[in-house]
Amino acid sequence: MFRAFLTLLFLIPTLASAEEVVLGLSKDNVAITTSFDGSEILIFGAVKREAPIDQSAPLEVVITVAGPSEPVVVRRKENVFGIWVNTDAVEVDAAPSFYAVATTGPIDQVLSNTEDLRQKITIDNAIRSVGAPSNITDAESFTDAVIRIKQSQGLYQTLEGQVALDQQTLFRTSIDMPADLTEGDYATRIFLTRDGQIVGDYETSIAVQKVGLERFLFNMSREQPVWYGLMSLAIAIAAGWGASAVFRIFRAG
Amino acid sequence: MQIYLPIAEVSVNAFLLLGLGGMVGILSGMFGVGGGFLMTPLLFFIGIPPAVAVATEANQIVASSFSGVLAHFRRKTVDLKMGTVLLVGGLTGAALGVVIFNYLKSLGQVDLLVKLCYVVFLGIIGSLMFVESVNAIRKARGAEAGAAPKRRQRSWVHAMPMKMRFRTSGLYISVIPPLIVGVVVGILSAIMGVGGGFIMVPAMIYLLGMPTKVVVGTSLFQIIFVTGFTTMLHATTNYTVDVVLAVLLLVGGVIGAQIGTRIGVKMKAEQLRVLLALMVLVVCGKLALDLLLQPSELYSLGAAGGH
Repeated sequence: MFRAFLTLLFLIPTLASAEEVVLGLSKDNVAITTSFDGSEILIFGAVKREAPIDQSAPLEVVITVAGPSEPVVVRRKENVFGIWVNTDAVEVDAAPSFYAVATTGPIDQVLSNTEDLRQKITIDNAIRSVGAPSNITDAESFTDAVIRIKQSQGLYQTLEGQVALDQQTLFRTSIDMPADLTEGDYATRIFLTRDGQIVGDYETSIAVQKVGLERFLFNMSREQPVWYGLMSLAIAIAAGWGASAVFRIFRAG
Repeated sequence: MQIYLPIAEVSVNAFLLLGLGGMVGILSGMFGVGGGFLMTPLLFFIGIPPAVAVATEANQIVASSFSGVLAHFRRKTVDLKMGTVLLVGGLTGAALGVVIFNYLKSLGQVDLLVKLCYVVFLGIIGSLMFVESVNAIRKARGAEAGAAPKRRQRSWVHAMPMKMRFRTSGLYISVIPPLIVGVVVGILSAIMGVGGGFIMVPAMIYLLGMPTKVVVGTSLFQIIFVTGFTTMLHATTNYTVDVVLAVLLLVGGVIGAQIGTRIGVKMKAEQLRVLLALMVLVVCGKLALDLLLQPSELYSLGAAGGH
């Protein structure tokens, strides 16, 4: 008991002298409107400290933005009798719909492997895949495929060296979010590291939401599917009739 | 002008969608096909999720078919009686098709089967139509003045019970063949996610012996109801009908259908059939290549839960 108290005592000063993040976001919610065409978010902040700057190793900053995770089925095609067919499938238990990681330098220098694994910072670690079926020996190539495909769609981004850090105090970066975003809270994490070890962190979230007409139609399609379906049909019939009528006038005139 | 689609959750160019709708609408008006067999793969190609593309396409076909059928009604080229018989079969078939579709989905090979269905059916129909209509054109050229004798062979179609008179088509045949055609088209359209006109039009011409002019209007008439039914099924079970996408496609589509109907009237039936056959064969070839050539990305992502 006493020992525990002592360790606590030792910890308190280190916590007090720890470097804290004061964060600013250019916007803390992204509104998906009808004309939504992607969004750029500016993440900036300062490192607040009581003690003089620790000179043992340079300060580095790692910023991650993650969209809501969802299970994904990855299928692989194989040539069977001359036709390319989906054969093997692996379910990746949780893959973020969007993931960006920005750093002040090359990831392997900024962050140790242990910290990366613990905090699930790089994309490889942010994806969770528990069990592949026993007949699949190369489960890893399936998670690699998720990363490759999402990267090509701009949904996964590794922005090494894209965080600017001034005077070991002020940092900023900007993250481009593509147009096809999923709704939800986008967890935003900032880690301060020295010599690969995390010395401070901060977490907030950016709300990505449909608004206005988008919100109305989406809710209606889920809550009143019958009316939504009938509305779609009514619009279709009206448009079909309208076009026919207009063309008739054209011909008559 | 980029526009964000609320259900598909992707942002696309509005003018691209209008253009696609218009192009497919013209074909729809000309040939009496819904155009789904062209539009659905095109929507996949521009990045609309397949489930949304199939469901929304059904809704769009309702609009372009309705627009087209009105023009045919005015020219009295719709056989309502035949259309109703086909429709009864079609709805039964669509319901059956959904059951079959879900069974295939549980086997995990629905993609391949849908594509194989496309290749096989488009291939058979396309080649048959092409050969037949080229022959017809040749014959018409050879015997210029000679009144082309109408082929009224007494096949099994004429030997069945429950005969009914279809005045607009000038037919006196059993209701069983049109019912069977309706059911088969219904099943296929539910599985392949299309209106089924490209199967029904040839079936009406070659199996039932209906005059080409009546076939288009009657096919459109039947397609409206089958795709309307499919739209409701998708909207209430999968929530995949994107009304914004549908509106953009159908604005282009209905205008295109009007233009197409007028082009169709000016062309000879044989020429119309050669063109339709060629188009069917092109789509078939493209899909066959997809199956035969090694894709650049062997892996594909899908939503979980649909094993």
